[in-house]
Amino acid sequence: MEIQKTALYNYHKSLGAKFVPFAGYEMPVQYSSGVIEEHKMTRNNAGLFDVSHMGQLSIEGSRNLAEELEKIIPIDLEKIKLNQSKYSFLTNENGGICDDLIVTRVENGFNIILNAACKNSDFKIFKNSLGNKFKLTLHKNLSLIALQGPNSSEILEKIIPKVSSLKFMNGNKFSFSEKSVYVTRSGYTGEDGFEISLPDNLAENFAKRLIEQGAKPIGLGARDTLRLEAGLCLYGHDISETTNPIEANLKWAISKRRREEGGFVGYSKIKSDINGRLNRLRMGIKPEGKIIAREGVKIFSKDNQEIGLITSGSFGPSVNGPVAMGYVKYDFSKPGTKILLEVRGKKCDAEVSELPFYKKSYVR
Amino acid sequence: MSDKKFSKQHEWISIENEVATIGITKHAAEMLGDVVFVELPEKGKNVEKEGQAGVVESTKAASDIYTPITGEIVETNQSIVDDPAEINKNPEGTAWLFKIKIKNKSELDELMNRADYEKFVKENPS
Repeated sequence: MEIQKTALYNYHKSLGAKFVPFAGYEMPVQYSSGVIEEHKMTRNNAGLFDVSHMGQLSIEGSRNLAEELEKIIPIDLEKIKLNQSKYSFLTNENGGICDDLIVTRVENGFNIILNAACKNSDFKIFKNSLGNKFKLTLHKNLSLIALQGPNSSEILEKIIPKVSSLKFMNGNKFSFSEKSVYVTRSGYTGEDGFEISLPDNLAENFAKRLIEQGAKPIGLGARDTLRLEAGLCLYGHDISETTNPIEANLKWAISKRRREEGGFVGYSKIKSDINGRLNRLRMGIKPEGKIIAREGVKIFSKDNQEIGLITSGSFGPSVNGPVAMGYVKYDFSKPGTKILLEVRGKKCDAEVSELPFYKKSYVR
Repeated sequence: MSDKKFSKQHEWISIENEVATIGITKHAAEMLGDVVFVELPEKGKNVEKEGQAGVVESTKAASDIYTPITGEIVETNQSIVDDPAEINKNPEGTAWLFKIKIKNKSELDELMNRADYEKFVKENPS
């Protein structure tokens, strides 16, 4: 399949982006200032991220849409208010995660943001479950731009007045260039910020305006270190078809009523995990020295039993040291537990840690 | 110091008497991106030409460093272990990696001069 480009491709190029193929798209991995500088600019100012490769799915339908969707999404969709967003996932028959997503209730149904690599298979899951009762649209002509960081609100307010009144995990319709755009106060960096869904033909002009107001373009490299410090999962690495939401430490993302009642795909397989003891748990892992533990590094107990695996790890520029996350046997999951990581054949000291490594307060 | 020579693995080498100083090229540093971790060989270790002799890591990935010549490690640059970012700032100067006591001088003939290396980089972009 031919590699795809987002509407901002040429603009990224003009800003000095270095590209990598990602989920079938040619995406900017970094610009000339480099990953660490981009990471810090997001934490201290505001970063612009092109996330147009992600899937934007609209599902339109009448009142029983929420009820039908609850069969595949394990949250209390009935209770979500208009323009409210929630983090959730699609589960498989074994209770594994097919994808993680953000669902927002809108006037005529729900908008759902999906991972780029999963969006087409997700669409089939929705279609198979919902049949022809509802109108499903996986948008082909919409861009998605994230603006993240402490100055996001001030910058975006100059381009989209009143947008700063949004609360975290809430959205609304606004206008830009006399066209309707949908903005949510959300993101995946651990910072305050916004995600703006708008027609492709407005994307470049919109991005330019943000840059003029002081936002910096940020590539996938810094997006990864930002989300890692914030303790957020990367699909296909920290969570997958073979990890269930409970062991992934995402129990909070399943509504209480749904944890008790079930009624979603794979519930019977994770019910015992919800109520009882887990085999393993996703935790933060903090190497004690400078050594970086990446995906695939084996985790050992102090007495050399193999107890788990790193699922992502890098250098955390705001933490100013290595950070990682991974799965450890439940008995070793208590924060502060001393462990060993096998990096290039050598055992290095590390500690099980709470997530996130880096904490910011959101506007609620 | 004499003129630098270059390897296909993007190391540079500079000779003074019987000792060679080795680092990674500016091109290699740019390809790596921000360097955040460096692991250097032990002093006294004997290394083989094109053998692995250390690791540099960026936020994105770990890359092996190879030695372009055979010999004994006589010195390593601890300042870049403490401040890996120096590799991005001055890869062909202060951010040298290690020094080797040369065992076989003829190995040097197989390395490229700067003009040939620059041509090699142009022809092998990655």
